[in-house]
Amino acid sequence: MPTEKAVAHHWRRFSERYGLIGSRCTSCKHYFYPTSIICPKCRRKGKIEEFKFSGKGNIFSYTTIRIAPEGFEKYTPYVVAIVELEEGAMVVSQVVDCSPDDVSIGMPVESTFRKIREEGKSGLILYGFKFRPLK
Amino acid sequence: MKAGIVGYGAYIPRLRIKSSNIAKVWSADPELEAKMINEKTVPNMDEDCATMAVEAARSAILRAGIDPMKIGAVYIGSESHPYVVKSTSSIIGEAVGATPNMMAADLEFACKAGTSAIQIVNSHVLAGKIEYGLAGGSDTAQGRPGDALEYTAAAGAAMFVVGKKDVVATIDSTLSYVTDTPDFWRREGEEFPRHGGRFTGEPGYFKHILGATEGILSETGTTVKDYDYFVFHQPNAKFPLSAAKMLGIPKEKVLTGLLFPKIGNTYSAASILGLCNVLDTATPGSRILMTSFGSGAGSDSFTMTVTDKIGDRRDMAAPVSQMIERKEYIDYATYARYKEKIKGVL
Amino acid sequence: MMRDVAIVGVGMTKFGEHWKKGLRELISEAGIKAVDDAGISGKDIQLIVGGSMSSGIFAGQEHTGALFTDYLGLNPIPAIRTEAACASSSVALSTGVMAIQSGRYNCVVVGGVEKMTDVYGGLATTALAGAMDRDNEAHFGLTFPGVYALMAKRHMHQYGTTREQIAMSAVKNHENAMHNPNAQFHRKITVDDVLKSPLVADPLRLLDCSPIADGAASLIIVPADKAKQYTDTPIYIRASSQASDTLSLYRRSDITTIGATITAAQNAYKQAGMTTKDIHFAEVHDCFTINEIISTEDLGFARKGDGGRLLQSGETMIGGKIPVNTSGGLKAKGHPVGATGAAQVIEAVEQLRGDAGGRQVDGAENGLTHNVGGSGSTVVVHIFSRNRK
Repeated sequence: MPTEKAVAHHWRRFSERYGLIGSRCTSCKHYFYPTSIICPKCRRKGKIEEFKFSGKGNIFSYTTIRIAPEGFEKYTPYVVAIVELEEGAMVVSQVVDCSPDDVSIGMPVESTFRKIREEGKSGLILYGFKFRPLK
Repeated sequence: MKAGIVGYGAYIPRLRIKSSNIAKVWSADPELEAKMINEKTVPNMDEDCATMAVEAARSAILRAGIDPMKIGAVYIGSESHPYVVKSTSSIIGEAVGATPNMMAADLEFACKAGTSAIQIVNSHVLAGKIEYGLAGGSDTAQGRPGDALEYTAAAGAAMFVVGKKDVVATIDSTLSYVTDTPDFWRREGEEFPRHGGRFTGEPGYFKHILGATEGILSETGTTVKDYDYFVFHQPNAKFPLSAAKMLGIPKEKVLTGLLFPKIGNTYSAASILGLCNVLDTATPGSRILMTSFGSGAGSDSFTMTVTDKIGDRRDMAAPVSQMIERKEYIDYATYARYKEKIKGVL
Repeated sequence: MMRDVAIVGVGMTKFGEHWKKGLRELISEAGIKAVDDAGISGKDIQLIVGGSMSSGIFAGQEHTGALFTDYLGLNPIPAIRTEAACASSSVALSTGVMAIQSGRYNCVVVGGVEKMTDVYGGLATTALAGAMDRDNEAHFGLTFPGVYALMAKRHMHQYGTTREQIAMSAVKNHENAMHNPNAQFHRKITVDDVLKSPLVADPLRLLDCSPIADGAASLIIVPADKAKQYTDTPIYIRASSQASDTLSLYRRSDITTIGATITAAQNAYKQAGMTTKDIHFAEVHDCFTINEIISTEDLGFARKGDGGRLLQSGETMIGGKIPVNTSGGLKAKGHPVGATGAAQVIEAVEQLRGDAGGRQVDGAENGLTHNVGGSGSTVVVHIFSRNRK
């Protein structure tokens, strides 16, 4: 597969994708994903620390992907959403365990640990957070 | 001081297929098959042994109410580890936030690998080597299309935090019974297992289940009357009930831990998911005897006593009954797609 | 004082599926047409600035600057490749403008190319997904149509924009393309056709999406003072403005607007000394139908939320108050991503020269082009005029 990456490309993101870990700026109380050394709001003045999100949030916007990029073909149709986490940060991932017809803006969701995709049959399995309707 | 279960967590995927659906494809008798098993769980395409174990482990840690950094060992039993070489235990450890100071290994002993994992962390805790350990089983079992196993090979996971402090159930004793008995196996590189047909019964399942159960009763000087619940490995509904009958156990003491008719055989998770369901319902002081069975072959028996801590912890994660009820049926064509049995898909 | 800049020659290939032409043939064809149009010789050209988004994935060829100079026979002059996803060739123009303004160069070829049909569908989707945040959006299975679908869903939710209104952009642009010989499609479509086309990323359907295409476009720019040496009808670049926003869509507080469009447009109006009322037509980045609605709002042609209603009113059709995408837009003219910005400019030049034939906007004096990279991470706005001041 021409787009397959060397393992380090994925490996350095494992912990933030497994644990839904982002950043919080203690100067401006802004939460964001992913981790960054510069606060998007107060830039270099920000004091950034790692923050593990609770995983609970609401659907901000969503779409059902029917034409997929490489590595996602077999999963179609699947729902991708922007989720507004309860701490205020936004993230993108898939919404699973429900039919696309059941998803709506504002719907409460919680994070779940899933396979995001596989690099072919012999390559790495990439795990990370997705969301499911909050029961 | 005894160790015990500090927190427990179950995971049962949402998808189900009815046995009558499978029977139709292979021109078998749907009514006959439905008598053996009504339906089984199916993992979605984005679920595997690791994802289910992580979900179960997170529930277990939530119920335990501990800092995951205090987990000093992660052992996971499965016969469907996502990689042949590359640990599942490290994925779980990373996902729950227990890395890097932890012992870890992936185990395989057919359907008893999950209970073997519990025995190992229990020993580490008793030895004072670790404060808490995480152990359990998770499987997305494979059955060859058209084989009897296809009706029952299901998916599920159960994980446990074992420690000494604030346990919801003490592990009072454990004992194993192992012989070299090839009743069921899968060779390296083979996609599907093979089994010895009726040989899996008497010399396989019953000999080892009875051997371990009778052994632990004798070693602890207890009798069937001393226990409120019995949980046995459940490759079908008949075997655990027959074993109970042979041991003189009343049927109602087995039913709470018998999930097979609703979810199928979840292999490494089968007996311990039954245990989770017992912990969801048992009152403090209840005594439990659980015996797993893994082909190859062996059984691990445990005796446990539920403590008064159970009331505070039970509701901190979803109970097994809720996960059993939360379901969506798929037909065989979708099942074949999700289990990646259709050729040529990108 | 910076020098004014004028366009004295333009040339483009037809947009569409060029099975027999690769990158170099496309570049040569567009380049030669522009040089001929300007009536200059290769010796006059001092610099090439060429945009290409993903020639590496699409054609396995990076270093397209060298390809440009080599296959236009222009060695040893310097060449610069610009890349800003679908805004690559508008960034080429703004870079070329800076080169002239600085006084260092007096004749610059700017342009863009993309050869998209040499890969299969999944890989094209993957390549285009590189325009968004690869690690935090594309990694989770989001596609480019998906990005705009997320915006559409919110726009419908917040402003009551209807599915039919969104479809009208494609219908209008297909109608306009009927009169554009360089357009990929010459086929009228109806709202019903759009709504019955296959879903790509709900709510966007196939006929909401600009097509995969091959093509190249180039322009010859010179200092305004020298423009009349080449042509009687130079087109003056009255504003060249570029702005940025977050790489990822999800890190913006409002996804029904493209902040970089607002910034780039406001700067452009200021540079040109114009307001929206002075603009007689606009080429707007309709990579997906919804983006024409969002962009007409952000450019100031409609109030926020009213883009759908503006489209429905017919005022963006040729003959309306502010014709949008007279060329057929990205939707019907085609969207070979790296060539799109330059092709938008060619439409503006043809309109202002009065050469636009059946799609001519009567009395067009000033026009605007709006080119978006990614989900709005890069936006380039140019304003052109028949008049120098």
